[in-house]
Amino acid sequence: MSAAKWRRAMNSSATATDLSRASRGTPVLHAATTQPTGASAQAPAETWSRSRTALRAIGWRHAVVLAFVLAYPFFATPFFTFQIGAQALALGLVGLSLTFLGGYGGMVSLAQMTVAGFAAYMLAIFGSSSNAAISLGWPWWLALVVAVGLATLVAAGIGWLSVRTEGIYTIMITLAVGVAFFYLAQQNYTVFNGFQGFSKVSPPVLFGVDFRSPMAFYFVVLACSLAGYFGVKHLIRAPFGIALQGIRDNPRRMQALGFNVTAHRVAAYAVAGFLAAVGGVLMVWYNNRISPGTLGIGAMINILIIAVLGGMKHPIGAFVGAIVFVLLQNFAIDLVDRERFNLVIGGVFLAIVLFSPDGLLGLWQALRNRVGKSVSPTRGAGRIHR
Amino acid sequence: MSRRGLGLWLLFGVPIAVFVVWALWDNHTLFLKTFLNGLTLASLYFLVASGFTLVFGLMRNVNLAHGSLYLIGAYVGWYVGEHTGSWVLAVFAGFLAAAVLGLLMQLLIFRHMQGQDLRQTLVTIGLSIVLADIALWIWGAEIYTFDPPSWIYGSTTLPLVNKFPTYRIFVFVASVVIGVGLWLMLARTRVGMMIRAGVDDRGMLAASGVNVQRVFALTFAIGAGLAGLAGVVGGTALSISPGEDTRYLLASLVVVIVGGMGSVVGAAIGALLIGLAEQFGLAYAPTYSVVFTFVIMVVALAFKPRGLMGKNA
Repeated sequence: MSAAKWRRAMNSSATATDLSRASRGTPVLHAATTQPTGASAQAPAETWSRSRTALRAIGWRHAVVLAFVLAYPFFATPFFTFQIGAQALALGLVGLSLTFLGGYGGMVSLAQMTVAGFAAYMLAIFGSSSNAAISLGWPWWLALVVAVGLATLVAAGIGWLSVRTEGIYTIMITLAVGVAFFYLAQQNYTVFNGFQGFSKVSPPVLFGVDFRSPMAFYFVVLACSLAGYFGVKHLIRAPFGIALQGIRDNPRRMQALGFNVTAHRVAAYAVAGFLAAVGGVLMVWYNNRISPGTLGIGAMINILIIAVLGGMKHPIGAFVGAIVFVLLQNFAIDLVDRERFNLVIGGVFLAIVLFSPDGLLGLWQALRNRVGKSVSPTRGAGRIHR
Repeated sequence: MSRRGLGLWLLFGVPIAVFVVWALWDNHTLFLKTFLNGLTLASLYFLVASGFTLVFGLMRNVNLAHGSLYLIGAYVGWYVGEHTGSWVLAVFAGFLAAAVLGLLMQLLIFRHMQGQDLRQTLVTIGLSIVLADIALWIWGAEIYTFDPPSWIYGSTTLPLVNKFPTYRIFVFVASVVIGVGLWLMLARTRVGMMIRAGVDDRGMLAASGVNVQRVFALTFAIGAGLAGLAGVVGGTALSISPGEDTRYLLASLVVVIVGGMGSVVGAAIGALLIGLAEQFGLAYAPTYSVVFTFVIMVVALAFKPRGLMGKNA
C-alpha cells in the first residue's frame, strides 16, 4: 500500500487545488510529471497563477455556505445563534484539531479536550473570575495569550510523550493523560479549585461591544472557526502538511528520506493544540465557567465523536459533526427520554463507525458517487486507518 | 546497559528506600496498612488489566469497553447474589455474564473488522457509551454493595498491623491464584501455546493450521470474564456505581502501558506499581495521588516506550 499511496498523497496534495476542480475523475498519478517552477525570476508569475487557482477553487457551494453563516444570526433566534451556532462552531474548532491530527497526522488523540480545558483553566487563573483568591486578574488579552501559549506547550508535551509509541497506543496514552488531568483538576484545590472550578469567566467588553451578547459572540466564534478552517486547509498543502501526510502513510520511508519524523509529529500536536486551545477559550467564554466536568472522559470522547461523525477526511467534517452533535444534544430530548441522550449519541456513533467509517462526509460522497458517477473519490488522500 | 541500569536503579531506588525507612520509623502501622491496601488494589487492577492485556496482545484490539465489562459483570453478579444469597454464585455469574458479552462482541463485531485497529477501538468506545447508559437505565445511579460470605468477613489480626479486613487478604490471595493459573495456562497448556504463538505471529499461527478465530474467541471470552469476575470481587471490596467503568478502564490502561502490552507478567508488575503508588499517594499526599500514577507512566514511557515487559515488535 505504502509506496503508491504515499506518492498519491504527495501528488494530490501538491496539486489538489488544480485537480479537484479542473480534472474531475482523471487519475491523479499523471501529475507526477509536473515540472517544478523553481527559479526566483518566475516568482511573480507563479504567485499570480497560484492565486488564480486558489480563486478557481472557490465553488458556488463555498459562497453559499459563507453567505449562510454570515447571515445566520440575523434571521435566527438568539437561542439558535448562541446555543446552537456558537457552541457548534466552538466544539467544531476543537474537533478540527483532532481532524488535523488524526486525519492528516494519523495520530488519534483523545486529549484534545484536555488541551482545550487546560487553556480554559489558564484563562480563568491568569485572567479574572469569581474566585479572586486564585485568579491573578491580568488584563484579558495578556491572559488570553498566556493561556493559549501554555496550552500549546502542554499539547506539544503530550505529543512528545505519545509519539514515543505508535499507532493504536496513542489513543491509550492520550486517554490516560486526559483522565489523569481530569482527576488532578478535580482533586486539586490550590490551583484548579477542585470540583467547583471557576465561574464568571466572561468575554471582554471591547469598543463598546459586549461580546457576551449572542450575536457579537457568534461572530467572534465564526471568525476563529473560519481562520482555523482555512489555516488547516492551507497547512495541509504546505510542505509541512505534505510531509506530515507522508509520515502518516509511511514513517520509515520518510525517515529514510531525511525527515525528522518525531519533530514533525510533535509539531503537529502543537498546531492541533493551538487550535484546541482557541476552541477551549471560546468554550469557557460560552459557558461562562470552567469545571472538571467540562473536560471529563465524556467530553473527551464527545470530541472524538464529533470528528468521526463528520468524517476525518476533510477539515469541514469536524464542523458538520459538531452541528449534528449539538442539534442532537438539544433536540434528542424531544425524541427520547431526557436521560437517554448518551444512548442516542452512542448509537449514532456506533452506526457511523460500523457502516460508514468516513462519517457523514463519506455518506455524502457515496451518495454523489451513486448519483453522478464521475466524482473522484481521492479527495483528502488516504484513509486514517491503514 | 549495566551502568545505565544501575544509575536508573539508584535514581529511583534511593528516594524510595529513604521514604520507606522514614515512613517505617515515623509510623509503621500506617505504612504497613497502606502497603497492604496497596496490594489489595493492585490485585484488583491485575484482575482487570490481565484480561485487557491478553486481548490486546493477541488481537491488537484496544478494548475500551473493558471497563463496561467490569461494570456489567458486577451488576449481574449483584443481581444473582441478591436473589440466591450466594456470593460464590455471584462471582460465577459475573464471570459468565462478562464472558458471554465479550464473546458476542468478538463474534458479531470485531471478527468482521480484523486488522482495522482504529476502527475496532472506535467501536469499543461507542459500545462503552451505550453499555454504560443501558446499565444506568437498568440499575440506576444507586451505589450497590455486596456482602461477602461469613468465612471471609470480619478481620484478621496480623503481626505489626493489628487488625486488617480478611476479605482484602482474600482478594490478594485470589488474584495471586488466578495470576498463577493464567500463567500456567499460558505456559503449559496447548491452548496457552496457541495464544502465545498468536501474540508473536498471528499469520504464522493461522498458516500452521490452527483455527485462529476460535483462539481469538476463547481469549476474548477469558479476558472479558476476568473483567466481570473482578467486577464482583472489586465490588465487594469497594462498591459498584456508574463511573466505576471509567475508573477501572483508566487503571487497566495505565497498568498495561507501564507493564507492557500483551504480557501478563507485565500486567502484574504494572498493577503492583500503580496500586501501591495510588494507596501511598492517598495516605501521604492526598491531593496528588493521581499525579503519582501519571508520573510513573511518564517515567516508564520515557525510558521504556513499550512498557517494562514489552517486546519490540
